[in-house]
Amino acid sequence: MSKKVLTTPITDMDLKDIKIGDIIYLSGTIVTCRDVAHRRLIEDKIPLPVDLRGKAIFHAGPIVRSHGNEKFEIISIGPTTSMRMEKFEKEFIEQTGVKLIVGKGGMGKNTEEGCKTHKALHLVFPAGNAVFAATKVEEIKEVHWKDLGMPESLWVCKVKEFGPLIVSIDTEGNNLYEKNKVEFNKRKEEQYELISKQVKFIK
Amino acid sequence: MNITLNRTQQKERMTNLMSKFVSLVSYKLPDDVENKLKELSEEESNPLAKIIYETMFKNQDLAFELKRPSCQDTGVLQFFVKCGENFPLIGQLEKILKNSVYKSTQETPLRHNTVETFDEYNTGENIGDGSPSIFWEIEEDSDKVEIYTYMAGGGCTLPGVATVLMPGEGYEGVVKFVLDRMTSYGVNACPPLLIGVGVGTSVETAAMNSKKALMRPVGSQNENQNAAKMETLLEDGINAIGLGPQGLKGAKSVMGVNVVNTARHPSTIGVAVNTGCWSHRRGKIVFDSNLDYVIETHEGVTL
Ligand code: SF4
Repeated sequence: MSKKVLTTPITDMDLKDIKIGDIIYLSGTIVTCRDVAHRRLIEDKIPLPVDLRGKAIFHAGPIVRSHGNEKFEIISIGPTTSMRMEKFEKEFIEQTGVKLIVGKGGMGKNTEEGCKTHKALHLVFPAGNAVFAATKVEEIKEVHWKDLGMPESLWVCKVKEFGPLIVSIDTEGNNLYEKNKVEFNKRKEEQYELISKQVKFIK
Repeated sequence: MNITLNRTQQKERMTNLMSKFVSLVSYKLPDDVENKLKELSEEESNPLAKIIYETMFKNQDLAFELKRPSCQDTGVLQFFVKCGENFPLIGQLEKILKNSVYKSTQETPLRHNTVETFDEYNTGENIGDGSPSIFWEIEEDSDKVEIYTYMAGGGCTLPGVATVLMPGEGYEGVVKFVLDRMTSYGVNACPPLLIGVGVGTSVETAAMNSKKALMRPVGSQNENQNAAKMETLLEDGINAIGLGPQGLKGAKSVMGVNVVNTARHPSTIGVAVNTGCWSHRRGKIVFDSNLDYVIETHEGVTL
């Protein structure tokens, strides 16, 4: 299998044949963007200071070391639970033109719709691999909204073959986590039937 | 150590060692977990699962090499202490452990994960009122101390669940409680998981047992035959659900299921579930009365 690398700016055409469960890598620009940044744009209607058109966001709060003179280095970076951004994501995609949303765990209906209508993907970076992820960040190009503190600031990162990124929602609105959940629940019920017969310890 | 230290020097020595130990736990998984992850990865044929395991191993190598916390969530430190009644620093131990977390936070660095409740501010020091968590047991006729150190993450093992079942629900009810948690919460708690199940008389005894269960090595067995049987049944059953690494499907779901149990009131069955994530950062260190130490969980490592 050859490595599928997407490079920003990303177009609708680039994403056309990508399906849930596929693995891709990203080169170019990814911006950390989580709870408060979403709320500021959608609820408070404050425009984002970075143009995200054709680019990627990362639901993440990094540990960053400052070298003075607005020079920074990422020490560790890993995804946070995407579901917390669910309530804003559809409008967020619509307003920013962002193409890739990277995080942890699945997202819901709202994001499915956003991805389908505006041709975007939700992707999962395997959580707990914060040092590995940090080594894929070549440089922090800019930082915005520093008033939000280190985890919530918008860190504009230049990355090279950042991944593996697993497609959890594709541009047709298919949802890998939702699909898996149905199967998991079915198997769980089967296992309950099997096990419960063998644990009648109270006689 | 042969030289006799005075009390202040003893405290300083133990604080330094514990601080280094906490750092170690942040960037190196214990041997039992490392081995089990390797074993599980070899059983995967699903390419997606394989790539995730590869990423994990690369990450752990890098973390060890660069001495950086392997996961960005360095959690809340939880210490499970079994202290000999004659251990010389028994009265100072709580302060020593708290100071060692502070020191390790500065030096490693660890993330600042302590928010004072109601006043709702982050202390910025990774310690606070009642944090780190320290749980005690006292041992008779001993001058040693055993300390389990655990980095408990906010998305896995801090949000445990406990309930009290009626005896009519039986151990079938326990099984259901555990299995339901796997498909609801477990999927997103970074599998493959180590599952701690506590059985006891109330929520707090069950909860404590479930946490102690996570301190037991992967692959160990409960001494009670029925409890051991349930461990195996649950392990096989949860594996059959096939959560795979990161909950994205695979051959297996868990590193193991450990049950710890204590007696119950005739009218109750307390049960609790704690989900340890794949990045199960626990370590066990034992100090003797001279403050010489042995690290049982990480072979060949010195501080
Ligand atoms: S569940 Fe564990 S590995 Fe996953 S992000 Fe939390 S602490 Fe890290």
